[in-house]
Amino acid sequence: MGKIRQRLYVIGALIIMSIVSLVPRNSKQRVIDQQTGRMKDTTVRRLPINLGLDLQGGIHLALEVDQTKGPVPDCADAIQRAQRVVRTRIDEFGTTEPVVQIQGRYRLIVELAGEKDPARARGIIQRTAFLEFRITDMKNLFKDALPQMDAALRKAGVKARGAAAPSAVAQLFGGDTTKAARDSVAEANAPGVLSSLLFQGQLPGEYLVPEEQWPLVDSLVQRPDVKAAMPRGIELRWGAQSESRGARAYRALYAVESRPIITGEELIKAVARRDPVTNQSIVPFQLSHRGARKFSEETARHINDYMAIILDGRVQGQPPVIRGQIGANGQIELGNKSLQEASDLALVLRAGALPAPLTIVDERSISATLGADSIHDGVRAGVVGVLLVIVIMIGYYRVSGALAVAALTLYCLFTLAGLAAFGFTLTLPGLAGFVLSIGIAVDANVLIFERIREELVHGKSLRLAVDDGFLHAMNAIVDSNVSTILTALILYAVGTGPVQGFAITLIIGIIASMISAIFVVKTLFLIWLQRRPDMVTLSI
Amino acid sequence: MIRLFANANYDFIKWRRWAFSLTGGIMLVGLGFLLTRGLNYSIEFTGGTLVQFELAHNVPTGNIRAALDRVGLTGADVYNFGSDTSYVVRARLGESAAQGEAGTQAVADAVARALDQSVGSGQYQIARREAVGPKVGRELQGKALVAILLSFVITLIYLAFRFEWRFGLAAVVATAHDIVATIAFISVMHLEVSLVVVGAVLTVVGYSLNDTIIIFDRVRENLRKYRRQNLYEILNLSINETLPRSVLTHGTTIATTLALLLLAGEVIRPFAWVMSFGIFTGTFSSIYIAAPVLLWIEKRWPGEDARGARTFGARAPATPAAAAPPAAPTSSPPRAPQPAR
Repeated sequence: MGKIRQRLYVIGALIIMSIVSLVPRNSKQRVIDQQTGRMKDTTVRRLPINLGLDLQGGIHLALEVDQTKGPVPDCADAIQRAQRVVRTRIDEFGTTEPVVQIQGRYRLIVELAGEKDPARARGIIQRTAFLEFRITDMKNLFKDALPQMDAALRKAGVKARGAAAPSAVAQLFGGDTTKAARDSVAEANAPGVLSSLLFQGQLPGEYLVPEEQWPLVDSLVQRPDVKAAMPRGIELRWGAQSESRGARAYRALYAVESRPIITGEELIKAVARRDPVTNQSIVPFQLSHRGARKFSEETARHINDYMAIILDGRVQGQPPVIRGQIGANGQIELGNKSLQEASDLALVLRAGALPAPLTIVDERSISATLGADSIHDGVRAGVVGVLLVIVIMIGYYRVSGALAVAALTLYCLFTLAGLAAFGFTLTLPGLAGFVLSIGIAVDANVLIFERIREELVHGKSLRLAVDDGFLHAMNAIVDSNVSTILTALILYAVGTGPVQGFAITLIIGIIASMISAIFVVKTLFLIWLQRRPDMVTLSI
Repeated sequence: MIRLFANANYDFIKWRRWAFSLTGGIMLVGLGFLLTRGLNYSIEFTGGTLVQFELAHNVPTGNIRAALDRVGLTGADVYNFGSDTSYVVRARLGESAAQGEAGTQAVADAVARALDQSVGSGQYQIARREAVGPKVGRELQGKALVAILLSFVITLIYLAFRFEWRFGLAAVVATAHDIVATIAFISVMHLEVSLVVVGAVLTVVGYSLNDTIIIFDRVRENLRKYRRQNLYEILNLSINETLPRSVLTHGTTIATTLALLLLAGEVIRPFAWVMSFGIFTGTFSSIYIAAPVLLWIEKRWPGEDARGARTFGARAPATPAAAAPPAAPTSSPPRAPQPAR
């Protein structure tokens, strides 16, 4: 009695764990905003089973460093740099949960779920990184032009949204900013649409926009009437990442000179280091001969100005200040930022400086409709397969067969829970493997039931026959399952995406079937025998 | 209670020569196809381009081929995929003019161009597009080979660990038979050999091994239990005893693979074909390859302990003379002393 109860506890715990791991949960996703066409974070409630690209549709790309146009000395390093660059670019794509990972040492895998334009993906990923240094808007030309822009927007009938409360104006340009700006705001009387969304940053030319507003601001500054009011020689560039100031997240907007003082072509190397004297993170870099001459001229003119480091049109980190004339060897000081941030910056500099051309060695794209069809067909095959197995088992083994079928339901639950709990990806071959494993899963029960029948034929009592049947079938079950797991492990080791999905499903399926067919069915048998002690023939 | 093949007493081993001829014949046919036509490798292995598209209206294959010719894709295969409006264009590297990493993508773009010209840009939808460079193709070839060899080696080690080497060797021979037979089947059916199909072959190997192990496990047990019978009788007995299990398990597995074959769609169909065939060959080889080979091995290198065999006299109960090998007429062990137990 106690033994049965313990077993039931274990089964109950397994079921609860499985259900918990399968409950739809909130997960953060970056998705494209339909209105603005920008990325935003949302939370979605979904079943925690990852679907492979072949089931949800999307693009899979494998990239390598292109060596045909000349040898690249350190491919492993080059691919790491490429990974960083590609990751920042992927955002522009608007894909939900993109995958950018290095496979082996020299190959970059990019997976864009749900995306269907491979040409565009190729274009964005293969474009070489462009690095430039530009001086920020030290004279606050942009700020002076803001009232004109506001006026232009007012004329066009653009209204400030609710979020832009008048209080923002007080905060805006409050403090140490120039008098001109304060006057211009005063002149405007009403809060300007654009200026009410911008907060002065810590350095000249830096503005902060609340993260949720930046698509709006970006669309405003892209308008031709606003662009017309833009001071000559000044352009706007967004920061690469959002930063949190206090409780809110902001995106930095930089007004920079439209003429770069130097581009990444001139950069030879950049490393991250910690200054032994000041203990600050620094990034020393080295320029080519030609670049050094140009750079020293420019920096001499811009001492104490801020220099924005722009990669692919996005400002990387906060622009550092130029302390003095810089020649071939310069360094960027990051203050008390971590060394990790310094090495990230060094990586960016090198990526821009030495854009290793990438070549696509493998491209696969599957449309979402084909993926949906695959799921539909696979599930249909699975349902029919399961029904056939149920008919065979109950038809042949009667009540015992029904117990095995009950265990089979648990088997399905355990397998799916295993996939969800370990975050494995379900692919089309994986789905096929799952269907197949349902057929194989009952094998253990068949072995046990046949054993019990044999023991009964040999004249053993019911209870003894059941015990011996389970015991004697064990050897064969373990042996045969281990051999299948071994082949599946090999497949996983050498396979790629879909095939790995197959191997994983097979392995989880076998383990789940051992639990359900042996442990669960044995428990059900024990309960059955206990409740019907007077039973003389077993329905098997 | 329904009992299929209860107390069955068929002399399976007697038919081994017929079985050998049958499987040998199948393999010869397969070899013939293999030599004349070769295997139908997917572009995963050869490198190349595959474009699958759905047409809004039915367009004759000839028109599509002509359109492809016009954009210079003369070597590409065009075939229906599942339905009348679903087509696949496949160009392996070396068959088409475009070469190299970028070439495979150029071919895919050319297919889209050809479709734009022939059926109009809104009239088709690209469902699947694969462009595999030669390097990845070579790599996958190597990986598939490694997978098959590795599974062999590991199987061997596992069997050596679990069984006596004679049993292990017999099981490996049976497994090798399954691989060869499955390749013959793939060749005859002209199935596309993709990585997933290689996966199916390995699954067949696992499944067949599983089946062989079930029978050998019973042989091992019966050798201990019935000390007066010879190996021939014990093999037959063990196969007969496990027959109900075989019928049931193969029945449920066949049911699920048939469901996959008929219902799971075109992409997974080669996999389902290989699995369906594999269940047959796996069952066959466990009975007609593994068991006779074990008998033969024991004859060549007789084992001395109880797990090995005694005699091989093979005076099968039903057929005394027909299949009896000349050696060892008695059924009691003349030379290997039984361990006292």
